[in-house]
Amino acid sequence: MNAGSEAPILFAGIAAVLVVATLAGWLLRRRFGRTATIENLEARVRAWWVMVGLIAGAFVLGHVGVIVLFALASFAALREFVTLTPTRRGDHWALAVAFFLVLPLQYWLVGIEWYGLYAIFIPVYVFLLLPIVAALRGDTTRFMARVAELQWGLMICVFCVSHVPALLTLPIPGFEGRHLLLVAFLVLVVQASDVLQYVWGKLLGRRKIAPALSPSKTVEGFVGGIASATALGAAMWWITPFAPWQAALMALVVTLMGFFGGLVMSAIKRDRGVKDWGRMIEGHGGMLDRLDSVIFAAPVFFHLTRYWWTV
Amino acid sequence: MSGIIGHIAATLVTGLARAVTGVRGDWRDAAADPDGPPRIYFANHASHGDFVLVWTVLPRSLRRRTRPVAGADYWNAGPIRRFFGQRVFQAVLIDRRPEMRSGDPLAPLADAIGQGQSLILFPEGTRNLTEERLLPFKSGLYHLARMRPEALPVPVWIENLNRVMPKGELVPVPLLCTVTFGAPLPVAEGEDKNAYLARARAAMLALAPGTEAQS
Repeated sequence: MNAGSEAPILFAGIAAVLVVATLAGWLLRRRFGRTATIENLEARVRAWWVMVGLIAGAFVLGHVGVIVLFALASFAALREFVTLTPTRRGDHWALAVAFFLVLPLQYWLVGIEWYGLYAIFIPVYVFLLLPIVAALRGDTTRFMARVAELQWGLMICVFCVSHVPALLTLPIPGFEGRHLLLVAFLVLVVQASDVLQYVWGKLLGRRKIAPALSPSKTVEGFVGGIASATALGAAMWWITPFAPWQAALMALVVTLMGFFGGLVMSAIKRDRGVKDWGRMIEGHGGMLDRLDSVIFAAPVFFHLTRYWWTV
Repeated sequence: MSGIIGHIAATLVTGLARAVTGVRGDWRDAAADPDGPPRIYFANHASHGDFVLVWTVLPRSLRRRTRPVAGADYWNAGPIRRFFGQRVFQAVLIDRRPEMRSGDPLAPLADAIGQGQSLILFPEGTRNLTEERLLPFKSGLYHLARMRPEALPVPVWIENLNRVMPKGELVPVPLLCTVTFGAPLPVAEGEDKNAYLARARAAMLALAPGTEAQS
Protein backbone atom coordinates (compact mmCIF):
# COMPACT_ATOMS: atom_id res chain seq x y z
CA MET A 1 0.00 0.00 0.00
CA ASN A 2 1.55 3.30 -0.96
CA ALA A 3 0.71 6.69 0.45
CA GLY A 4 0.34 8.46 -2.88
CA SER A 5 2.79 10.81 -4.48
CA GLU A 6 2.31 13.35 -1.68
CA ALA A 7 4.24 11.33 0.94
CA PRO A 8 7.74 11.97 -0.45
CA ILE A 9 6.99 15.69 -0.77
CA LEU A 10 5.64 15.77 2.78
CA PHE A 11 8.64 14.00 4.28
CA ALA A 12 11.04 16.16 2.26
CA GLY A 13 9.30 19.21 3.74
CA ILE A 14 9.62 17.86 7.29
CA ALA A 15 13.27 16.99 6.70
CA ALA A 16 13.87 20.55 5.45
CA VAL A 17 12.35 21.97 8.66
CA LEU A 18 14.53 19.65 10.76
CA VAL A 19 17.65 20.59 8.79
CA VAL A 20 16.90 24.25 9.54
CA ALA A 21 16.33 23.42 13.23
CA THR A 22 19.58 21.44 13.37
CA LEU A 23 21.50 24.30 11.77
CA ALA A 24 19.87 26.82 14.10
CA GLY A 25 20.92 24.74 17.11
CA TRP A 26 24.45 24.50 15.78
CA LEU A 27 24.67 28.25 15.13
CA LEU A 28 23.23 29.07 18.57
CA ARG A 29 25.81 26.82 20.19
CA ARG A 30 28.63 28.50 18.28
CA ARG A 31 27.30 31.92 19.23
CA PHE A 32 26.33 31.36 22.90
CA GLY A 33 28.17 28.18 23.94
CA ARG A 34 26.64 25.18 25.68
CA THR A 35 23.80 26.54 27.78
CA ALA A 36 21.14 24.25 29.24
CA THR A 37 18.43 25.67 26.96
CA ILE A 38 20.50 25.12 23.81
CA GLU A 39 21.45 21.60 24.89
CA ASN A 40 17.77 20.85 25.47
CA LEU A 41 16.88 22.30 22.08
CA GLU A 42 19.51 20.17 20.37
CA ALA A 43 18.37 17.06 22.25
CA ARG A 44 14.81 17.74 21.12
CA VAL A 45 15.83 18.20 17.50
CA ARG A 46 17.83 14.95 17.61
CA ALA A 47 14.83 13.16 19.08
CA TRP A 48 12.65 14.64 16.32
CA TRP A 49 14.96 13.19 13.69
CA VAL A 50 14.60 9.77 15.31
CA MET A 51 10.81 10.06 15.58
CA VAL A 52 10.37 11.25 12.00
CA GLY A 53 12.71 8.47 10.88
CA LEU A 54 10.64 5.87 12.74
CA ILE A 55 7.37 7.15 11.26
CA ALA A 56 8.87 7.29 7.77
CA GLY A 57 10.16 3.72 8.20
CA ALA A 58 6.72 2.58 9.36
CA PHE A 59 5.17 4.27 6.30
CA VAL A 60 7.53 2.39 4.00
CA LEU A 61 6.40 -0.86 5.63
CA GLY A 62 2.75 0.14 5.11
CA HIS A 63 -0.25 -0.51 7.33
CA VAL A 64 1.34 -3.28 9.37
CA GLY A 65 4.36 -1.07 10.07
CA VAL A 66 2.17 1.78 11.35
CA ILE A 67 0.06 -0.55 13.52
CA VAL A 68 3.16 -2.15 15.06
CA LEU A 69 4.76 1.26 15.66
CA PHE A 70 1.72 2.56 17.55
CA ALA A 71 1.32 -0.74 19.43
CA LEU A 72 4.89 -0.31 20.68
CA ALA A 73 4.13 3.31 21.59
CA SER A 74 1.08 2.09 23.54
CA PHE A 75 3.25 -0.46 25.33
CA ALA A 76 5.79 2.18 26.36
CA ALA A 77 3.01 4.58 27.41
CA LEU A 78 1.15 1.98 29.47
CA ARG A 79 4.41 0.97 31.13
CA GLU A 80 5.01 4.58 32.15
CA PHE A 81 1.41 5.00 33.33
CA VAL A 82 1.36 1.86 35.49
CA THR A 83 4.83 2.56 36.88
CA LEU A 84 3.49 5.81 38.35
CA THR A 85 0.28 4.16 39.59
CA PRO A 86 0.35 2.73 43.11
CA THR A 87 -0.64 -0.83 42.26
CA ARG A 88 -0.73 -3.66 44.76
CA ARG A 89 0.36 -7.26 44.60
CA GLY A 90 -3.29 -8.20 44.08
CA ASP A 91 -3.27 -6.32 40.76
CA HIS A 92 -0.65 -8.58 39.23
CA TRP A 93 -2.97 -10.69 37.07
CA ALA A 94 -5.00 -7.69 36.00
CA LEU A 95 -1.78 -5.93 34.95
CA ALA A 96 -0.52 -8.98 33.07
CA VAL A 97 -3.89 -9.21 31.27
CA ALA A 98 -3.70 -5.51 30.37
CA PHE A 99 -0.19 -5.76 28.90
CA PHE A 100 -0.25 -9.16 27.27
CA LEU A 101 -3.88 -9.67 26.29
CA VAL A 102 -5.76 -6.38 26.01
CA LEU A 103 -3.03 -4.37 24.27
CA PRO A 104 -2.22 -6.89 21.49
CA LEU A 105 -5.90 -7.75 21.01
CA GLN A 106 -6.89 -4.13 20.52
CA TYR A 107 -4.24 -3.63 17.82
CA TRP A 108 -5.12 -6.95 16.21
CA LEU A 109 -8.74 -5.84 15.99
CA VAL A 110 -7.59 -2.59 14.39
CA GLY A 111 -5.41 -4.62 12.02
CA ILE A 112 -8.32 -6.79 10.84
CA GLU A 113 -10.45 -3.62 10.62
CA TRP A 114 -13.18 -4.91 12.94
CA TYR A 115 -14.55 -1.47 13.84
CA GLY A 116 -17.62 -2.85 15.65
CA LEU A 117 -15.40 -4.53 18.21
CA TYR A 118 -12.30 -2.35 18.56
CA ALA A 119 -14.48 0.70 19.23
CA ILE A 120 -16.03 -0.94 22.33
CA PHE A 121 -13.58 -3.66 23.34
CA ILE A 122 -11.75 -1.65 26.03
CA PRO A 123 -14.55 0.70 27.15
CA VAL A 124 -17.08 -2.13 27.54
CA TYR A 125 -15.58 -5.61 27.76
CA VAL A 126 -12.25 -4.83 29.42
CA PHE A 127 -14.11 -2.47 31.75
CA LEU A 128 -16.04 -5.50 32.97
CA LEU A 129 -13.21 -8.04 32.76
CA LEU A 130 -10.53 -6.22 34.77
CA PRO A 131 -12.49 -5.83 38.03
CA ILE A 132 -13.39 -9.52 37.78
CA VAL A 133 -9.73 -10.50 37.46
CA ALA A 134 -8.76 -8.16 40.29
CA ALA A 135 -11.58 -9.41 42.53
CA LEU A 136 -10.45 -13.02 42.08
CA ARG A 137 -7.25 -12.10 43.91
CA GLY A 138 -9.30 -11.11 46.94
CA ASP A 139 -7.48 -7.88 47.83
CA THR A 140 -10.15 -5.27 48.60
CA THR A 141 -7.88 -2.43 49.73
CA ARG A 142 -8.58 0.67 47.58
CA PHE A 143 -10.31 -1.71 45.18
CA MET A 144 -12.37 0.83 43.27
CA ALA A 145 -9.46 3.26 42.88
CA ARG A 146 -7.11 0.51 41.65
CA VAL A 147 -9.58 -0.82 39.09
CA ALA A 148 -10.40 2.70 37.89
CA GLU A 149 -6.73 3.66 37.55
CA LEU A 150 -5.88 0.64 35.45
CA GLN A 151 -8.98 1.07 33.28
CA TRP A 152 -8.11 4.71 32.73
CA GLY A 153 -4.53 3.78 31.86
CA LEU A 154 -5.83 1.41 29.19
CA MET A 155 -8.24 4.00 27.80
CA ILE A 156 -5.50 6.60 27.56
CA CYS A 157 -2.53 4.51 26.52
CA VAL A 158 -4.13 1.80 24.39
CA PHE A 159 -7.67 2.72 23.30
CA CYS A 160 -6.98 6.34 22.39
CA VAL A 161 -3.55 5.73 20.86
CA SER A 162 -4.93 2.87 18.71
CA HIS A 163 -7.25 5.37 17.02
CA VAL A 164 -4.25 6.78 15.16
CA PRO A 165 -3.59 3.59 13.13
CA ALA A 166 -7.37 3.03 13.05
CA LEU A 167 -7.49 5.96 10.62
CA LEU A 168 -6.08 3.50 8.07
CA THR A 169 -9.31 1.51 8.16
CA LEU A 170 -11.65 4.34 7.14
CA PRO A 171 -13.26 3.80 3.71
CA ILE A 172 -13.12 7.32 2.24
CA PRO A 173 -14.30 7.54 -1.39
CA GLY A 174 -11.61 8.90 -3.71
CA PHE A 175 -8.96 8.63 -0.99
CA GLU A 176 -8.02 4.98 -1.51
CA GLY A 177 -4.40 4.12 -0.90
CA ARG A 178 -3.58 7.45 0.76
CA HIS A 179 -4.75 6.78 4.33
CA LEU A 180 -1.25 7.07 5.74
CA LEU A 181 -1.39 10.76 4.92
CA LEU A 182 -4.33 11.13 7.30
CA VAL A 183 -2.11 9.75 10.08
CA ALA A 184 0.63 12.18 9.04
CA PHE A 185 -1.85 15.10 9.07
CA LEU A 186 -3.04 14.34 12.60
CA VAL A 187 0.40 13.72 14.07
CA LEU A 188 1.99 16.72 12.33
CA VAL A 189 -0.73 19.22 13.27
CA VAL A 190 -0.83 18.13 16.91
CA GLN A 191 2.94 18.00 17.34
CA ALA A 192 3.45 21.27 15.49
CA SER A 193 0.86 22.83 17.77
CA ASP A 194 2.87 21.72 20.82
CA VAL A 195 6.07 23.17 19.39
CA LEU A 196 4.36 26.40 18.26
CA GLN A 197 2.69 26.91 21.64
CA TYR A 198 6.13 26.54 23.21
CA VAL A 199 7.69 29.00 20.75
CA TRP A 200 4.90 31.62 21.06
CA GLY A 201 4.95 31.20 24.83
CA LYS A 202 8.72 31.79 24.96
CA LEU A 203 8.45 34.84 22.69
CA LEU A 204 5.37 36.59 24.06
CA GLY A 205 4.14 34.56 27.03
CA ARG A 206 2.91 36.74 29.92
CA ARG A 207 -0.35 35.49 31.42
CA LYS A 208 -0.34 31.93 32.71
CA ILE A 209 -3.39 29.80 31.91
CA ALA A 210 -3.16 27.17 34.62
CA PRO A 211 -0.23 27.93 36.94
CA ALA A 212 -1.19 25.10 39.29
CA LEU A 213 -0.95 22.54 36.49
CA SER A 214 1.63 23.71 34.01
CA PRO A 215 3.65 26.87 34.63
CA SER A 216 4.83 27.03 31.01
CA LYS A 217 1.36 27.31 29.44
CA THR A 218 0.42 30.92 28.73
CA VAL A 219 -2.54 32.63 27.06
CA GLU A 220 -0.22 34.07 24.40
CA GLY A 221 1.36 30.69 23.70
CA PHE A 222 -2.08 29.07 23.55
CA VAL A 223 -3.60 31.61 21.12
CA GLY A 224 -0.49 31.87 18.93
CA GLY A 225 0.12 28.11 18.90
CA ILE A 226 -3.49 27.15 18.13
CA ALA A 227 -3.81 29.83 15.43
CA SER A 228 -0.56 28.96 13.67
CA ALA A 229 -1.16 25.20 13.91
CA THR A 230 -4.64 25.74 12.46
CA ALA A 231 -3.08 27.70 9.60
CA LEU A 232 -0.54 24.91 9.10
CA GLY A 233 -3.39 22.35 9.01
CA ALA A 234 -5.23 24.42 6.41
CA ALA A 235 -2.04 24.64 4.33
CA MET A 236 -1.79 20.85 4.37
CA TRP A 237 -5.31 20.28 2.98
CA TRP A 238 -3.76 18.78 -0.18
CA ILE A 239 -2.75 15.60 1.65
CA THR A 240 -6.27 15.12 3.12
CA PRO A 241 -9.76 14.44 1.79
CA PHE A 242 -10.77 17.84 3.26
CA ALA A 243 -11.29 21.21 1.58
CA PRO A 244 -8.97 23.93 2.92
CA TRP A 245 -11.59 25.38 5.28
CA GLN A 246 -12.47 21.88 6.50
CA ALA A 247 -8.80 21.10 7.08
CA ALA A 248 -8.54 24.31 9.13
CA LEU A 249 -11.55 23.36 11.25
CA MET A 250 -10.20 19.84 11.76
CA ALA A 251 -6.82 21.26 12.75
CA LEU A 252 -8.52 23.64 15.19
CA VAL A 253 -10.43 20.80 16.85
CA VAL A 254 -7.42 18.50 17.19
CA THR A 255 -5.12 21.25 18.48
CA LEU A 256 -7.73 22.23 21.09
CA MET A 257 -8.12 18.58 22.15
CA GLY A 258 -4.34 18.30 22.20
CA PHE A 259 -4.00 21.35 24.42
CA PHE A 260 -6.54 20.08 26.95
CA GLY A 261 -5.03 16.59 26.78
CA GLY A 262 -1.69 18.04 27.79
CA LEU A 263 -3.43 19.86 30.65
CA VAL A 264 -5.11 16.67 31.92
CA MET A 265 -1.90 14.68 31.74
CA SER A 266 -0.08 17.47 33.62
CA ALA A 267 -2.72 17.23 36.35
CA ILE A 268 -1.97 13.51 36.73
CA LYS A 269 1.77 14.16 36.87
CA ARG A 270 1.23 16.82 39.55
CA ASP A 271 -0.89 14.37 41.51
CA ARG A 272 1.88 11.76 41.33
CA GLY A 273 4.55 14.36 42.17
CA VAL A 274 6.66 13.96 39.03
CA LYS A 275 7.74 16.31 36.27
CA ASP A 276 7.95 13.80 33.43
CA TRP A 277 6.27 10.46 32.78
CA GLY A 278 9.61 8.83 32.02
CA ARG A 279 13.01 9.43 30.51
CA MET A 280 12.74 7.43 27.35
CA ILE A 281 13.29 10.25 24.87
CA GLU A 282 16.18 12.61 25.52
CA GLY A 283 14.89 16.18 25.96
CA HIS A 284 11.24 15.11 25.85
CA GLY A 285 10.70 13.05 28.99
CA GLY A 286 8.79 9.84 28.38
CA MET A 287 6.52 8.47 25.69
CA LEU A 288 3.43 9.93 27.40
CA ASP A 289 5.02 13.39 27.55
CA ARG A 290 5.28 13.28 23.76
CA LEU A 291 1.97 11.58 23.08
CA ASP A 292 -0.33 13.32 25.56
CA SER A 293 -1.85 15.72 23.03
CA VAL A 294 -2.16 13.08 20.27
CA ILE A 295 -3.96 10.81 22.72
CA PHE A 296 -6.84 13.21 23.26
CA ALA A 297 -7.01 14.35 19.65
CA ALA A 298 -6.96 10.92 17.96
CA PRO A 299 -10.41 9.50 18.81
CA VAL A 300 -12.13 12.83 18.08
CA PHE A 301 -10.34 13.25 14.74
CA PHE A 302 -11.13 9.62 13.91
CA HIS A 303 -14.86 9.96 14.58
CA LEU A 304 -15.25 13.33 12.87
CA THR A 305 -13.58 11.94 9.77
CA ARG A 306 -15.55 8.73 9.96
CA TYR A 307 -18.90 10.52 10.37
CA TRP A 308 -18.53 13.04 7.54
CA TRP A 309 -16.16 11.48 5.02
CA THR A 310 -16.74 7.74 4.93
CA VAL A 311 -19.43 5.89 3.02
CA MET B 1 34.14 -21.29 22.58
CA SER B 2 32.24 -21.40 25.87
CA GLY B 3 33.50 -17.86 26.44
CA ILE B 4 31.68 -16.70 23.32
CA ILE B 5 28.50 -18.55 24.27
CA GLY B 6 28.63 -16.98 27.73
CA HIS B 7 29.10 -13.60 26.10
CA ILE B 8 26.14 -14.04 23.78
CA ALA B 9 23.99 -15.28 26.65
CA ALA B 10 24.99 -12.23 28.70
CA THR B 11 23.98 -9.90 25.88
CA LEU B 12 20.64 -11.70 25.54
CA VAL B 13 19.96 -11.52 29.28
CA THR B 14 20.77 -7.81 29.59
CA GLY B 15 18.81 -7.10 26.38
CA LEU B 16 15.78 -8.91 27.77
CA ALA B 17 16.08 -7.06 31.08
CA ARG B 18 16.15 -3.79 29.18
CA ALA B 19 13.15 -4.68 26.99
CA VAL B 20 10.96 -5.66 29.93
CA THR B 21 11.91 -3.02 32.48
CA GLY B 22 13.34 -0.19 30.37
CA VAL B 23 15.89 -0.07 33.18
CA ARG B 24 17.88 3.10 33.62
CA GLY B 25 20.97 3.72 35.71
CA ASP B 26 20.95 6.88 37.81
CA TRP B 27 24.49 7.79 38.83
CA ARG B 28 24.64 10.13 41.79
CA ASP B 29 28.32 9.25 41.99
CA ALA B 30 31.03 9.22 39.34
CA ALA B 31 31.31 5.47 39.93
CA ALA B 32 30.99 4.60 36.26
CA ASP B 33 34.69 5.33 35.80
CA PRO B 34 36.11 2.16 34.19
CA ASP B 35 39.65 2.92 35.34
CA GLY B 36 38.70 3.53 38.96
CA PRO B 37 39.39 1.21 41.90
CA PRO B 38 37.18 -1.88 42.41
CA ARG B 39 33.69 -1.22 43.77
CA ILE B 40 31.60 -3.20 46.20
CA TYR B 41 28.09 -2.40 44.98
CA PHE B 42 25.67 -3.23 47.80
CA ALA B 43 21.99 -3.25 46.93
CA ASN B 44 18.52 -4.06 48.23
CA HIS B 45 17.36 -7.58 47.39
CA ALA B 46 13.74 -8.31 46.54
CA SER B 47 13.94 -10.44 43.40
CA HIS B 48 16.08 -13.06 41.69
CA GLY B 49 16.66 -10.53 38.92
CA ASP B 50 18.27 -7.90 41.16
CA PHE B 51 21.90 -8.37 40.21
CA VAL B 52 20.98 -8.77 36.53
CA LEU B 53 19.48 -5.29 36.65
CA VAL B 54 22.55 -3.76 38.32
CA TRP B 55 24.71 -5.57 35.82
CA THR B 56 22.59 -4.36 32.89
CA VAL B 57 23.00 -0.66 33.64
CA LEU B 58 26.77 -0.88 34.15
CA PRO B 59 28.81 0.24 31.13
CA ARG B 60 30.01 -2.80 29.18
CA SER B 61 33.65 -2.34 30.15
CA LEU B 62 32.71 -2.29 33.85
CA ARG B 63 30.25 -5.17 33.51
CA ARG B 64 33.03 -7.53 32.37
CA ARG B 65 34.89 -7.06 35.63
CA THR B 66 31.88 -6.86 37.95
CA ARG B 67 30.79 -10.14 39.53
CA PRO B 68 27.67 -10.82 41.58
CA VAL B 69 28.04 -12.58 44.91
CA ALA B 70 25.48 -15.36 45.14
CA GLY B 71 24.50 -18.41 47.14
CA ALA B 72 26.35 -21.56 46.06
CA ASP B 73 23.38 -23.77 47.00
CA TYR B 74 21.19 -21.97 44.43
CA TRP B 75 23.65 -21.54 41.56
CA ASN B 76 25.16 -25.03 41.79
CA ALA B 77 21.77 -26.75 41.59
CA GLY B 78 21.56 -28.10 38.05
CA PRO B 79 23.49 -27.59 34.81
CA ILE B 80 21.49 -24.57 33.58
CA ARG B 81 21.99 -22.56 36.75
CA ARG B 82 25.64 -23.60 36.78
CA PHE B 83 26.06 -22.38 33.20
CA PHE B 84 24.52 -19.01 33.98
CA GLY B 85 26.26 -18.66 37.33
CA GLN B 86 29.74 -19.54 36.05
CA ARG B 87 29.88 -18.69 32.37
CA VAL B 88 27.41 -15.83 32.02
CA PHE B 89 27.45 -13.91 35.28
CA GLN B 90 30.77 -15.28 36.58
CA ALA B 91 29.29 -15.20 40.03
CA VAL B 92 31.44 -15.45 43.13
CA LEU B 93 29.68 -18.20 45.04
CA ILE B 94 29.52 -18.35 48.81
CA ASP B 95 28.11 -21.15 50.88
CA ARG B 96 25.30 -19.81 53.00
CA ARG B 97 25.29 -22.87 55.29
CA PRO B 98 27.84 -22.21 58.05
CA GLU B 99 28.19 -25.92 58.85
CA MET B 100 29.47 -26.62 55.31
CA ARG B 101 32.14 -23.95 55.31
CA SER B 102 35.84 -24.50 55.56
CA GLY B 103 37.89 -21.36 56.07
CA ASP B 104 36.84 -17.75 55.76
CA PRO B 105 33.69 -17.47 53.61
CA LEU B 106 34.75 -13.97 52.55
CA ALA B 107 38.11 -15.13 51.16
CA PRO B 108 36.89 -15.69 47.55
CA LEU B 109 35.36 -12.19 47.59
CA ALA B 110 38.56 -10.61 48.86
CA ASP B 111 40.51 -12.54 46.22
CA ALA B 112 38.28 -11.25 43.43
CA ILE B 113 38.79 -7.67 44.60
CA GLY B 114 42.51 -8.35 44.81
CA GLN B 115 42.40 -9.20 41.10
CA GLY B 116 40.84 -5.82 40.38
CA GLN B 117 37.26 -7.05 40.07
CA SER B 118 34.17 -5.33 41.44
CA LEU B 119 31.40 -7.14 43.31
CA ILE B 120 27.63 -6.85 43.60
CA LEU B 121 26.37 -8.05 46.95
CA PHE B 122 23.17 -7.93 48.93
CA PRO B 123 23.82 -7.18 52.59
CA GLU B 124 20.34 -8.40 53.57
CA GLY B 125 21.68 -11.87 52.76
CA THR B 126 18.44 -13.12 51.25
CA ARG B 127 15.50 -11.82 49.25
CA ASN B 128 13.30 -9.42 51.14
CA LEU B 129 9.76 -10.77 50.88
CA THR B 130 8.37 -8.67 53.73
CA GLU B 131 6.60 -5.34 53.80
CA GLU B 132 9.71 -3.71 55.30
CA ARG B 133 11.86 -1.72 52.91
CA LEU B 134 15.06 -3.43 54.12
CA LEU B 135 15.85 -6.46 56.27
CA PRO B 136 18.64 -6.22 58.87
CA PHE B 137 22.10 -6.32 57.27
CA LYS B 138 24.55 -9.19 57.65
CA SER B 139 28.04 -8.21 58.67
CA GLY B 140 29.90 -9.46 55.55
CA LEU B 141 29.85 -6.04 53.89
CA TYR B 142 31.64 -4.47 56.86
CA HIS B 143 34.26 -7.18 57.16
CA LEU B 144 34.94 -7.21 53.42
CA ALA B 145 35.31 -3.41 53.34
CA ARG B 146 37.78 -3.66 56.23
CA MET B 147 39.74 -6.47 54.54
CA ARG B 148 39.92 -4.57 51.24
CA PRO B 149 40.10 -0.85 52.05
CA GLU B 150 41.21 -0.12 48.46
CA ALA B 151 37.73 -1.11 47.20
CA LEU B 152 34.99 1.51 47.44
CA PRO B 153 31.62 0.36 48.82
CA VAL B 154 28.85 1.98 46.73
CA PRO B 155 25.21 1.95 47.92
CA VAL B 156 22.68 0.96 45.25
CA TRP B 157 18.89 1.09 45.27
CA ILE B 158 16.87 -1.06 42.86
CA GLU B 159 13.39 0.38 42.40
CA ASN B 160 10.28 -1.45 41.17
CA LEU B 161 11.72 -4.87 40.32
CA ASN B 162 9.69 -6.34 43.17
CA ARG B 163 6.56 -5.09 41.36
CA VAL B 164 7.70 -6.56 38.02
CA MET B 165 7.71 -10.08 39.38
CA PRO B 166 6.42 -10.45 42.93
CA LYS B 167 7.08 -13.70 44.73
CA GLY B 168 5.01 -16.60 43.44
CA GLU B 169 4.00 -14.98 40.13
CA LEU B 170 4.78 -16.63 36.82
CA VAL B 171 4.40 -13.75 34.39
CA PRO B 172 6.41 -10.53 34.79
CA VAL B 173 4.60 -7.23 34.43
CA PRO B 174 6.71 -4.78 32.43
CA LEU B 175 7.23 -1.75 34.66
CA LEU B 176 10.01 0.80 34.45
CA CYS B 177 12.85 0.09 36.86
CA THR B 178 15.59 2.39 38.07
CA VAL B 179 18.95 1.49 39.58
CA THR B 180 20.36 4.39 41.59
CA PHE B 181 24.03 4.49 42.57
CA GLY B 182 25.00 6.64 45.55
CA ALA B 183 28.33 8.13 46.59
CA PRO B 184 31.02 5.68 47.81
CA LEU B 185 30.86 4.94 51.52
CA PRO B 186 34.23 3.80 52.90
CA VAL B 187 34.52 2.58 56.48
CA ALA B 188 35.67 5.49 58.67
CA GLU B 189 38.73 5.38 60.93
CA GLY B 190 37.91 3.22 63.94
CA GLU B 191 34.27 2.82 62.95
CA ASP B 192 32.68 -0.28 64.44
CA LYS B 193 30.50 -2.82 62.70
CA ASN B 194 27.11 -1.65 63.90
CA ALA B 195 27.83 2.03 63.23
CA TYR B 196 29.01 1.29 59.69
CA LEU B 197 26.12 -1.04 58.84
CA ALA B 198 23.64 1.57 60.14
CA ARG B 199 25.29 4.18 57.94
CA ALA B 200 25.27 1.86 54.92
CA ARG B 201 21.60 1.10 55.44
CA ALA B 202 20.72 4.79 55.72
CA ALA B 203 22.72 5.56 52.58
CA MET B 204 20.74 2.93 50.66
CA LEU B 205 17.37 4.11 51.93
CA ALA B 206 18.31 7.69 51.02
CA LEU B 207 18.43 6.58 47.37
CA ALA B 208 14.92 5.11 47.44
CA PRO B 209 12.16 7.31 46.05
CA GLY B 210 9.43 8.49 48.41
CA THR B 211 7.55 5.73 50.16
CA GLU B 212 4.32 4.77 48.44
CA ALA B 213 1.59 2.26 49.01
CA GLN B 214 3.04 -0.40 46.78
CA SER B 215 2.68 -3.85 48.11
